[in-house]
Amino acid sequence: MSDPLALVPKDPERQTAKDFKTDQEVRWCPGCGDYAILAAVQGFLPELGLKRENIVFVSGIGCSSRFPYYMNTYGMHSIHGRAPAIATGLASSRPDLSVWVVTGDGDALSIGGNHLIHALRRNVNLKILLFNNRIYGLTKGQYSPTSEVGKITKSTPLGSLDSPFNPISLAIGAEASFVARTIDSDRKHLQSVLREAATHNGTALVEIYQNCNIFNDDAFAPLKNPETRDDVTIRLEHGEPIVFGANRDKALRRSASGSLEVVPADSPDVLVHDATNPDPSLAFALSRLDSPTFEHTPIGIFRNVERPSYDELMRTQIDEAIAQQGPGDLAALLGSGDTWRID
Amino acid sequence: MTKQVRQLDRVIIRFAGDSGDGMQLTGDRFTQETAAFGNDLSTLPNFPAEIRAPAGTLPGVSSFQLHFADHDILTPGDAPNVLVAMNPAALKANVGDLPRGADLIVNTDEFTKRALAKVGYAANPLEDGSLDEYRVHSLPLTSMTVKALEDFDISKKDAERAKNMFALGLLSWLYHRPTEATVRFLEVKFAKKPEIMKANIAAFQAGWSYGETTESFSVSYEVKPATLPPGLYRNISGNMALAYGLIAASVRSGLPLFLGSYPITPASDILHELSKHKRFGVRTFQAEDEIAAVGAALGASFGGALGVTTTSGPGIALKAETIGLGVATELPLVVIDVQRAGPSTGMPTKTEQADLLQAMYGRNGEAPVPVVAPATPSDCFATAVEAARIAVKYRTPVILLSDGYLANGSEPWQVPGVDTLPQIDPAFAQPGQEDFQPFKRDPDTLARPWAVPGTPGLEHRIGGIEKADGSGNISYDPDNHDLMVRLRQAKIDGIARDVAPLAVDDPDGEARVLVLGWGGTYGAIAAAVRRIRVSGDKVAQAHLRHLNPFPANLEEVLRSYDKVIVPEINLGQLALILRGRFLIDVIGYNRVRGLPFKAEELADVIRDVINS
Repeated sequence: MSDPLALVPKDPERQTAKDFKTDQEVRWCPGCGDYAILAAVQGFLPELGLKRENIVFVSGIGCSSRFPYYMNTYGMHSIHGRAPAIATGLASSRPDLSVWVVTGDGDALSIGGNHLIHALRRNVNLKILLFNNRIYGLTKGQYSPTSEVGKITKSTPLGSLDSPFNPISLAIGAEASFVARTIDSDRKHLQSVLREAATHNGTALVEIYQNCNIFNDDAFAPLKNPETRDDVTIRLEHGEPIVFGANRDKALRRSASGSLEVVPADSPDVLVHDATNPDPSLAFALSRLDSPTFEHTPIGIFRNVERPSYDELMRTQIDEAIAQQGPGDLAALLGSGDTWRID
Repeated sequence: MTKQVRQLDRVIIRFAGDSGDGMQLTGDRFTQETAAFGNDLSTLPNFPAEIRAPAGTLPGVSSFQLHFADHDILTPGDAPNVLVAMNPAALKANVGDLPRGADLIVNTDEFTKRALAKVGYAANPLEDGSLDEYRVHSLPLTSMTVKALEDFDISKKDAERAKNMFALGLLSWLYHRPTEATVRFLEVKFAKKPEIMKANIAAFQAGWSYGETTESFSVSYEVKPATLPPGLYRNISGNMALAYGLIAASVRSGLPLFLGSYPITPASDILHELSKHKRFGVRTFQAEDEIAAVGAALGASFGGALGVTTTSGPGIALKAETIGLGVATELPLVVIDVQRAGPSTGMPTKTEQADLLQAMYGRNGEAPVPVVAPATPSDCFATAVEAARIAVKYRTPVILLSDGYLANGSEPWQVPGVDTLPQIDPAFAQPGQEDFQPFKRDPDTLARPWAVPGTPGLEHRIGGIEKADGSGNISYDPDNHDLMVRLRQAKIDGIARDVAPLAVDDPDGEARVLVLGWGGTYGAIAAAVRRIRVSGDKVAQAHLRHLNPFPANLEEVLRSYDKVIVPEINLGQLALILRGRFLIDVIGYNRVRGLPFKAEELADVIRDVINS
């Protein structure tokens, strides 16, 4: 499998989180989940050991999209929804860069939905961090495409009418080769997912449940509350049986109808998680376990399959054209076709 | 029998048929033969947007007009001397453009009762005397083709489809065109279908032989090669010239070309052409939509590529926000708008010049961008290089306004030597700078440094939020914003010092009337001006390639004439800008018919203004 970072220069010096901080004052609301994600990313990047100047963060618009200003790398804070498109042009023309997209649920799934699904199907070398807080923060509290039905907000005083997207289901449906979910408050888990995402060849979509303490506080409370979280969180581990619960007494099994069912952990035929399964149907079924009431919510890597990345395929076509026809000769091109000479 | 050969100085031929009849191919081949023979030429394809419009109907008619001459010519011609009509619909749609005495070659096989009724002919025009003012050549082209191909192992339908090659052979004989290149072309085109290939070549040769032996044509015509400046020539369409110009700009700047594009008529051929040239390191990205296309191009520019996006008017509307981001981040970007008739979907295959104001002002905020426009199909090459030069030197999006007429029309092009093309210096910011300031400007050009990812020590963040002068950090300071708005405007305005002054064609300097045009109307205006001068009147002509900023001497030029006529294929967009900028009451001439101007209509307008 190709290493997406093979062409990205490594820093001979040892890096620390501090190297990735900028002199700009971080301006998220006090208590915002974005702080934890920023610290986790800054803490993780030194592990990769890439030259800072070869890392680029591209974002759209929204609270999360201020992220690049706080990363001491190259960065672009672009247009609402368009970060995957802009990053596609950058990543597919520069194999020596590690390109990250930071986006939110409104940015990625509403105004930028088209770019997200096409980036995923192309498998461009992008690592997309989707901060999902199920609300519009920067525009002050309208419901988002991941808000639960009936959400009372400024723009929906009688409750929202539209069904939400499940970002994991959407990404799997869009032929994504890497799909994961993690939580802002679980730094260890977040960094473990980033580690896998960074070295995945192609597009990696990482949904991060992120708390907006101003407009949608406690949106993910059951997954964070020490009293409930172990009972409702299903931690997906590749190659391991899918067992969960505070007492690890529950497990998942395929029912006769093909959907998943919760059974006692000692039942026969407990599912063993295989993120690399070429058939996405089980990963999709796992994604459907999530519900607004968080009865059981899988986190971890749902899908991680090998597929050539768009940028390496594009590069191969160019390399082959040059190998077969020789490098372009401008004078020969301009003078090609049916020509005639006037003396 | 020996046939008479008559000398002509120029001919205008129009091939017209059903959209499935292969008229564009026939016209293209005749054009290539004519180019190879050394005539000057100009072409006007005209076809419906529907791929296969209902057969035999007026909206389904596709035509190709070609003007060729033994001297330099400027337009595809006002009215054809020869019309080839492959069916009644083609006759009905085009006969109104024919001057008295023109030759009319008609495929009688298609003039059935049903086909005539379909387009509203109560009687057969070939029989009712309504075509008496023309020299009508009634030929059963379809059945002659089928007969010529009866020994080939192909279906009757395939044999009938070769009738366009029969017609091409006949016309090639009639005008003494060289045929070898067409035979070679058919050999390549049908290489995988040898029987079809042989049949098409046979149909082509049968058409030629028919001309030689039939008594329908007692005369054939010669148009001697034109005397053009010495050099190597080829025929080129506007879209092809744009593609070549972009590759040339990539080579001359050393920047890899990245094209983000979404298919749209009439711009798609630029994407098709560039996708063939991967050996130049060209990356073509067919995006999911117009917004992604320009976004990817801008992302590539951020990474140090020559980012380009190609589209038509509706696509520019969608790209506006990203062009604004290009203005704010001050990155090079070439945006090509092959204009078509609007608003909305409009008439996708018909030409227009109505995107000028959109190019100039179609963004939120104060977002100036340079705008350039090619004058002729071959001028698209140099204009593409110029757009890239300005974009790279000034770190700005540049909009190039071509149009449907330039895109599909073609003319001979003197192939330039590579060394004569401008060298473009990307002048990337270099590593090793203390306290790098991404928005510290060059004092002459006001351009900011282009520091691409991978350059150590210059890590910085840019975006659409207003930036502090110099540091580029986010700034909401009122005075800083006022300064930045003015700096961005001054940068674009300053490009006027870096473009050639507007040249005026006023042979003896005595004209009192100036005709000022821009873009694809050049040929028609110049042809009209010639006619005025031939008739003894005096008129000056100037044509704008740079629409933003204008050449520095434009106001002086305008003020040195009593009257200024501005013909445009819109409702007066350049005229509006000129009046607003200079308080000069220019006289607009505006027709928005989806077609290029005719030289004669412009000559009438000029004559009226001179005499008023």
